[in-house]
Amino acid sequence: MGDILAKYNLFAAFWMTIKLSALGAVGALLLGTLLAVMRVSPVTTLRAIGTSYVNVVRNTPLTLLMVFSILGATFTLGLSFSDQATTNAFIWACIIIAVYHAAFVCEALRSGFNTVPQGQAEAARSIGLTFAQSLSQVILPQAFRGAVAPLGSTLIALIKNSTVAAAIGVADAAGLMKTISENETGTLGVFGLFAIGFVILTLPLGLWFTSLSRRLAVKR
Amino acid sequence: MSAGLLFDAPGPKARARYRVLTVIGIVLALGAAYWVVRTFASKDQLTADKWKPFLTADAWSQYLLIGLWHTIEAALVSIALASVFGLLLGVGRLSENTPIRWLSSTVVEVFRSVPVLIMMIFAFGAYTSYGVFRDDLNPLAAVVTGLTLYNGSVIAELVRSGVHGLPKGQREAGVSIGLTAAQTMRAILLPQAITAMLPAFIGQLVVILKDSALGTIITYDELLSWSRSLGSAYANTIPAYIVAALLFIAINFSLTLLARKVQERLSRRGRALPDGDGAPGAGVTTGVVGTVATAPPST
Amino acid sequence: MNARRIGAAVVATGLAVGLAACGGGGSSTGSGSGSGSGGTIKIGIKFDQPGLGLKEGDKYTGLDVDVATYVAKKLGYAADKIQFVQSPSAQRETLISTGQVKLVVATYSITDARKEKVSFAGPYFIAGQDLLVRADDTAITGKDSLKGKKLCSVTGSTSAQKVKKDIPDVNLQEFGTYSECVAALVSKGVDALTTDNTILAGYASQAQYKGKLKVVGAPFSTENYGIGLKKGDTALCQKVTGAITAMISDGSWQKAVDTNLGPAGFKPGPGNPPTPAACS
Repeated sequence: MGDILAKYNLFAAFWMTIKLSALGAVGALLLGTLLAVMRVSPVTTLRAIGTSYVNVVRNTPLTLLMVFSILGATFTLGLSFSDQATTNAFIWACIIIAVYHAAFVCEALRSGFNTVPQGQAEAARSIGLTFAQSLSQVILPQAFRGAVAPLGSTLIALIKNSTVAAAIGVADAAGLMKTISENETGTLGVFGLFAIGFVILTLPLGLWFTSLSRRLAVKR
Repeated sequence: MSAGLLFDAPGPKARARYRVLTVIGIVLALGAAYWVVRTFASKDQLTADKWKPFLTADAWSQYLLIGLWHTIEAALVSIALASVFGLLLGVGRLSENTPIRWLSSTVVEVFRSVPVLIMMIFAFGAYTSYGVFRDDLNPLAAVVTGLTLYNGSVIAELVRSGVHGLPKGQREAGVSIGLTAAQTMRAILLPQAITAMLPAFIGQLVVILKDSALGTIITYDELLSWSRSLGSAYANTIPAYIVAALLFIAINFSLTLLARKVQERLSRRGRALPDGDGAPGAGVTTGVVGTVATAPPST
Repeated sequence: MNARRIGAAVVATGLAVGLAACGGGGSSTGSGSGSGSGGTIKIGIKFDQPGLGLKEGDKYTGLDVDVATYVAKKLGYAADKIQFVQSPSAQRETLISTGQVKLVVATYSITDARKEKVSFAGPYFIAGQDLLVRADDTAITGKDSLKGKKLCSVTGSTSAQKVKKDIPDVNLQEFGTYSECVAALVSKGVDALTTDNTILAGYASQAQYKGKLKVVGAPFSTENYGIGLKKGDTALCQKVTGAITAMISDGSWQKAVDTNLGPAGFKPGPGNPPTPAACS
């Protein structure tokens, strides 16, 4: 075990996982919020787009989305971010992680909307706020507080799911695990090491989000 | 909180504006679709010989249907076991016995954090080394183990938040008519909590179904790995993946529809349920709502 | 009350469905006679590697499959007594050491690290890392002409590691499987695919790629393909080695190589046919 730690750069690999997850999470939060807003907007088309987005993206395996981003988008459609394959793969991996988890963020937020009593929306409109105003000033802030717990579960899943980026060659923790098991004949110890790595990354987050959801809950 | 509550019914001007927006949206979407199809065609991805294999019986009987069945098989067994496991753990986390509560909480938090794939690899290693199951059942057993441990933990969280979401009066009423804590849990709280979390529970099925694809690495051949073999055999990797994605979307979408049906039925019975569709039925407590969101699967 | 009934019903249905599926699983996978001396033998191969181990409809084709079939025949198993098991690279040692399969014939290079876990018979073929390019490409002639070219390989594979080490500023796209790389190569997303020349020749020989792809033919490594078996099973190793030797001497080996890898003009590199090493 010690020689494996000395031979391979575990920290660089997990650092890549952290970068992927952080960028993907920010993207997913922004896009997911936009989708959730679209799904409650007055425009029928926007609602339809939001709904179909969630249904298609949430039901497609992430691995396939990841592979499509390179085989389909980069190579067939020519949507490339960089001539360097690794840079392009990294950017696409972030985008795909964001796009995929945005569907789950959207659903989490919608359950957050559910925690906001109808009276809040009615009150907002009765004092003359427009759709955009009542959403941004009254409803969304409360919805976010109500959605902390499911958003936390989504973030934990996102970090673990970022491992799928190895399918398009991003040198993250999962990529290194493949390299090591190719060279060192898959010992369970190696897998255990990576399991511990992920527990270190996600366990504190899970606990933090649980306490956050208690602290931020809107008292009713 | 229903969507309709956030805005006034649109007037004639607004309706005209939405119509223009809709037309522009449709034109843009069609334009993008045309561009994608044309580019794929120009790169020879839409030629007949790449798609013809899907019209043969072999493509389905030798690859896709085998994969589809394996995916569903692993999902069904895992769903059953994960429900039981999750129910036990969820009740354990609510127990008044401190050691049981701590143990259940630890189990839930740990299995929620470990990647499913690694759990499968461990289970496979253990089962094959100690010959726990018949040789040909080991891969299935390992996949089911991984999925059960992870999704059981998620379901435990659903159960717990479902019970937390119930009005306090329910427990108090149970205790006040002389039931023990365990009886109150079994007879009053759990049935209501399970009903409330049903939509989220069925949503979790999608997660289990998709995550069974991780079994590829421990020789459990499901839909994704069979579509890979199909793509190699007929030299049509991209079309094979597209077909696999469509199959996944189709099964998962029907599961989602089922979830919605169940949910509608339950709301019609006049119970205040968290409503995933934004229809009336609002005013439920925070805890129940936490159940609507399921954790994204990794495949 | 309603709630309670529904709740109970859900759990009950879940269980029933689960158990039914469990039973179904057992019977459907059927006659797993394990690895014993029963009627069948389980051999691990690749299912998605054209020219080496490929499932085509209900048949299996490729050099590895032919070698496996020949060896099994010498061990006393007719072709219809072989049960092929898909063997992902990461699980090959586990499959062998726990007896899930008797033999692994799956582009399995003999390395010292692997020898600590399993024993090898062979080599039965000597492969080398090479490049696959589009047939009309004349610019790429070997490892040293890759400047400014985009290369493709599989994440974490030995080939990917070697090319990264040999050419530090290589522009490498990695995927999960070689088939994805080939799709990228054909659609001009990458300029070359690098891995063992056997795998490359397998793709070039596939009917669908006829005339579209070629192997450059400048190998820059040697990979000794062996047949993996349980560590220390010298008796089995000797029988398998004997079978390989017989296959080479009676011409079956040459025939298998020509049918599976030959159609695109591939010739086995120096050292082939190899002399299997003695079992230890």
